[in-house]
Amino acid sequence: MTVQKQQPDSAAGLIALRLTVRNHPGVMSHVCGLFARRAFNVEGILCTPVDDGSISRIWLLVHDDARLEQMIRQAAKLQDVSEVRPFPSDAAAMFCTM
Amino acid sequence: MSRSRSRDHAAEARPSAGKAAMHGSKTQCPAPEKQQPAARPERMTGAAAVVRMLERQGVRHVAGIPGGASLPLYDALAARGSIRHILTRHEQAAGFIAQGMARATGVPAVCLATSGPGATNILTALADAKLDSVPVVCITGQVPTTLIGTDAFQEVDTYGMSIPVTKHNFLVRTAQELLTVIPEAFRIAASGRPGPVLVDIPRDVQLATLEIDSWPGPGLPDALLMPDMEDVVGAAAMIDEAERPLMYLGGGVISSGAAPAARRIAEKAGIPVAMTLMGLGAVPSEHPLSLGMLGMHAARCTNMAMEECDLLIVAGARFDDRATGRVDSFCPRARVIHIDIDASELDKIRSAHLGIQGDVRATLEALEPLVAPCARENWLHRVEELRNGWGLDLPRTDDPVSPYGMILRTAEIVGPEAVVTTDVGQHQMRTAQAYPFSRPRQWLTSGGLGTMGFGLPAAIGAALACPERTVVCFTGDGSLQMNIQELATAVEQRCNIKIILANNNALGLVQQLQNLFFERRVFATDYSVQVDFVRIAEGFGMPAVDLGASRDPLGMLEAALTTAGPCLVNIPVAVSESVFPMVPPGAANTEMIEGDGHDRTEAAA
Repeated sequence: MTVQKQQPDSAAGLIALRLTVRNHPGVMSHVCGLFARRAFNVEGILCTPVDDGSISRIWLLVHDDARLEQMIRQAAKLQDVSEVRPFPSDAAAMFCTM
Repeated sequence: MSRSRSRDHAAEARPSAGKAAMHGSKTQCPAPEKQQPAARPERMTGAAAVVRMLERQGVRHVAGIPGGASLPLYDALAARGSIRHILTRHEQAAGFIAQGMARATGVPAVCLATSGPGATNILTALADAKLDSVPVVCITGQVPTTLIGTDAFQEVDTYGMSIPVTKHNFLVRTAQELLTVIPEAFRIAASGRPGPVLVDIPRDVQLATLEIDSWPGPGLPDALLMPDMEDVVGAAAMIDEAERPLMYLGGGVISSGAAPAARRIAEKAGIPVAMTLMGLGAVPSEHPLSLGMLGMHAARCTNMAMEECDLLIVAGARFDDRATGRVDSFCPRARVIHIDIDASELDKIRSAHLGIQGDVRATLEALEPLVAPCARENWLHRVEELRNGWGLDLPRTDDPVSPYGMILRTAEIVGPEAVVTTDVGQHQMRTAQAYPFSRPRQWLTSGGLGTMGFGLPAAIGAALACPERTVVCFTGDGSLQMNIQELATAVEQRCNIKIILANNNALGLVQQLQNLFFERRVFATDYSVQVDFVRIAEGFGMPAVDLGASRDPLGMLEAALTTAGPCLVNIPVAVSESVFPMVPPGAANTEMIEGDGHDRTEAAA
């Protein structure tokens, strides 16, 4: 997985990760616990159900640094996570205006 | 309908046998219902369904302790009578017995605990399995769903607490879910990089009745992840170009069954092999290309060869700090090929010039025919030079009551077929250094978590899984006392385990650190009471001998090791005997220190 980098903007140095997850009561614990215990900083979280609610999207606003790739690989390893996609500055900026 | 009673349930573990299981087993069900024609859906409790799925999974043993929240499950186990339950004295030991079975065979093993304290007690064994990638399925009872979140009696958030120490976990909310969760737990435990899976089942879910139209197939590992062949070709080219390649093999080589392929590549291309603590046995200790264990307690020659290598082929290993020492000084001249099933291990600690995500066995088997045969005389000659000048110099190996002598004499007596477990401490490092390992899965030790108390219950698990083998448990007095109550379990199960207790009445390895790095300020690492382990063992019903009081210690050791059944052998050792050589914490692997009387000049690189 490689990450497209774009021009810095109001969300300078930040990037949004979109996780597609199986929706059940424990999934937020799994995702947040992973980021906490691996000492990855999360600046913002947004979670929304998709379609019939069997899956959810978790958006995480994180720092675009040397550890990003490792963060993505660790998140992708979670059994309840089916996809991890990084969204560079636009989505991060959108996050910052919410 | 009684024909189902004689059915070999191991046959049910075959995926194609799923349909056969639908017929005629109604009378086995503990739920008190009327008989129905075989073609109709089966009705039973969630607990009974769990037991049936464990049978279909091929599970023969489960280790655990019952309690209020797991009693329906135990009642179902009793009603079927098809799975042997190993009753331990502490849930942590149940977890380690499952680990012993899983480590010795590679097949997921099962442990059970009740809610609350049962679950908290077993977490350490799950954390241990997580760090060493051992496939274990732990089933815990939970308070009824209506009481969850009310601080009910023996309620803890088992799901929440087990997230960071398991590969995955489940809280089952309906009995119907069990039909997907149980096979899924086994699939996850055994797939890719193996690991522990916890299934938390509330009491009312165990008691609820469900209808089963057809049984799910047993949970089997996912298809192997094959490497990208372009990368494999690239790896072969890097190996062919290298002048001084070296293999660094970890536990992933053992768990994927890659040891034969690794050995063939080493022999074909003249590549010396270093192994991590978890990788020992991948290549036999006596093999001319084996450099034994690398890292903190390696032979100097091993760490020196790594310093000099120009290509490091890392397979199923993860650059653990005990293996690498100061990481920026680790193999500084080497390009790195890193093969691992887990993508997040690639580039985690050290970036690889070529990272290959794939099953290690599949990758090495694909690599073998592409690597050019090569004698590599200059490099192997240099490695021989290092080995002759800087090999392990183990003291007093002829004395059966010395720390190294007890290991080597025991190995001679029990032979290459034995399984070896250890606890954690000086005895563990000495066994890793000195034991003549001959095959994968012979060596079971707590590597990543370093859990004192692992050795005895893991030995019980190995003895249950491999009843034809002698199981030796090397331990220390500190470690043994952390799960000493399992002496009773070993006796009860008539396990053929031999406990070799290096007894210095102290926490020797910690005291060694105090002596070396805290200016000999020894604190809280020696015991003032001298425990009589022979009497303790005998009190649990286990035969025991004390080599310290014997005029013929070797004869006594031989008699103890060759008599069937469990036995404890107490061997007093001096706490002043440290494990050397050693890399000081935080230092580079080439900066090894040795004890008094081993003042050899610094490495001439």
